[in-house]
Amino acid sequence: MSTAIAAPEFVGTRKWRKPPFIESKLLRHGLLLITIVYLIAAFGSIDVNWERVYLGLERGWKFIVAFSRPDFISRWSDIRDGMIESIIMTIASTVVGVLVSIPIGLGAARNIAPLPVYLICRAVVAISRALHEIIIAILMVAIFGFGPLAGFITLSFATIGFLSKLLAEDIESMDKAQAEAIKATGGSWPQWINYGVQPQVMPRLIGLSIYRLDINFRESAVLGLVGAGGIGATLNTAFDRYEFDTAAAIIITIILIVMALEYTSGIIRARVQ
Amino acid sequence: MAVRELASGQKVWMRRDQWSQLTIWFTWFVGVAIFVFCWQQISSSTTWFFIWDAPRIADDIISRSMPPDWLYVNKLWWPLWDTINIATLGTALALLMAVPVAFLAARNTTPSATFIRPIALLIIVSSRSINSLIWALLLVAIIGPGVFAGLIAIALRSIGFCAKLLYEAIEEIDHDQVEAITATGASRWQVMAYGIVPQIMPAFAGITVFRWDINIRESTVLGLVGAGGIGLQMQASLNVLAWPRVALILFVILIAVIISEWVSAKVRGAII
Repeated sequence: MSTAIAAPEFVGTRKWRKPPFIESKLLRHGLLLITIVYLIAAFGSIDVNWERVYLGLERGWKFIVAFSRPDFISRWSDIRDGMIESIIMTIASTVVGVLVSIPIGLGAARNIAPLPVYLICRAVVAISRALHEIIIAILMVAIFGFGPLAGFITLSFATIGFLSKLLAEDIESMDKAQAEAIKATGGSWPQWINYGVQPQVMPRLIGLSIYRLDINFRESAVLGLVGAGGIGATLNTAFDRYEFDTAAAIIITIILIVMALEYTSGIIRARVQ
Repeated sequence: MAVRELASGQKVWMRRDQWSQLTIWFTWFVGVAIFVFCWQQISSSTTWFFIWDAPRIADDIISRSMPPDWLYVNKLWWPLWDTINIATLGTALALLMAVPVAFLAARNTTPSATFIRPIALLIIVSSRSINSLIWALLLVAIIGPGVFAGLIAIALRSIGFCAKLLYEAIEEIDHDQVEAITATGASRWQVMAYGIVPQIMPAFAGITVFRWDINIRESTVLGLVGAGGIGLQMQASLNVLAWPRVALILFVILIAVIISEWVSAKVRGAII
C-alpha cells in the first residue's frame, strides 16, 4: 500500500479489481461449488420428455393465438356466474377475516398480551401461514362439502394468518408513550386499546385489509380447482376441453379485475397512509 | 372544528360536523349491506344440512387420519426433492427473466418511458395476477404433466413479483453514485455494472430468498394439477381416501415450509 503511494511509476502495472460481493474466500468458493453440485444433481433428476414438449409447442402457440381473439360469448353465463361468485367470496371472506384477525392480532402482540394468549395466537398465525390455501380448501371441501362456503372459510382463515401477523408486528413497534398516557388518565383496558393503540395502527390496518382483498381475489380464482367455488372451476373445465379461447377470456377478465383492484387499492392506501 | 349550539345557547364541541358524520354512517351502511348481500348469496348456494353435520365429519376425518402412516415417509423423499427443485430452479429461471424486465420497467433505467416501460409493466401485472396453479394447469395442458411444467409455472409466476420489487429498488437508488460513474466517461453498460448493480445487490439477494420461500410453499400444491412434486402424492392419497398418508404428507409439508421460512429469515437477516 505504502509503496504504491511512494512510487507512482508502479501505478497502472497492477490492475484494479472489483471487490467481491462475499468477502470470505472460503465461503465464496464453497457457495459456488455447492451451487454447481446442486445444479448438476437437480438437472440430472428432472427428466424432460422433449418430444412431448415439442409436440406441445404447437398447442402453446394455439393458446397464445387465442389471446388475440378471446371468446367471451359462447360461455358467457358460466364466466359471469363464476366471476360473481369469486367476487362475493372475496368480499365476504375479507370482511370476516379482518374482523377475526383484529383480536388475534392483539393477542399476538407481545407488548399487550399475556404469554399464554400470545402463544396460542402465534400458533394460529403459524398454522394459517404455513399451509397453502389450496390445501386448506381441500380439507374444507371434505368437511363442509362443495361450494362457495368452503372457499369463504378457506380465504377467511388465510386472511387471519396474513393480517394478524402484520398487525401484531405493527402493534409491537408502536409508540409506547401514547398508550401510556391513556393508562395514566385511568382508562380501562378497552379504552386503552381504543384510544391508545387503535389510532396508531389504523392507517396500516386499512392499507393491509385492502391489499388482502386484492390477494383474496387472486386466490379465489384457483379455489374452484378443488371444488371450493368461484371462477376456477370454469377455467379448469375450459382447459380440460382445450377451449383455449374461453380460457383466454377468463384469464383476461381476471387480469383486468386485478389491475382495477390494484389501482384503486393504491389510491386508497396512498390516502390513508 | 364542528360546534353544535344547544337550545339554551350553550356551545358544545363535536368531533365531526353533521354532514361528514352522515357520510360516514352512509358508507358504513352501504358496506354492511354489501356484506349481507354477499353472505346471502353464499348461504343460498350452501346445503346447510351438510354444515350441521360438519363437526361429525371433521371428527371422523381426524380419527381416520390418526395415527399418520409414518412408514410412508420413505416414499416421500423423492417427491420432496422434486418439490425443492421446482422451487429453486423456478426461482433461478424467474430471476434470469425478471432482471431485464425490471431494468426496462424502472423509470431511471428504461430506454423508452413511452413505449418499452408500459410493455414491461404489462408483463409484470399479467405474471402477478395469474396464480401459479393456473400457470401449472396451462402448462400441463401444453407441455404435458411433470416436474418441468411445475418449474416453468413457478418461474412465470415469480417474474412479476421479483421484477416489481426489483424495479422499485432500482428507482430508489442513490443517483449521485451513478452520476460519478458517468462522469468518468463510462459507457452505458459500465454505468450499470459499477453504478447501479452494487446498490441493488442486497435488495436482489433479499428478494431472491423471499420468493424462494414462497415458492417452496407454492410448489407443494402444484402436484394437484399434475405438475410434479409432493402434491402428486397428496392427490393420489386423497383419491383413495388414505387419510393416514394425507396426514403424514401435510406434516412433511408443514416441516418443509417452516424450515424454508427459517432459512429465508436467517439469510435475509444476514444480508440486510
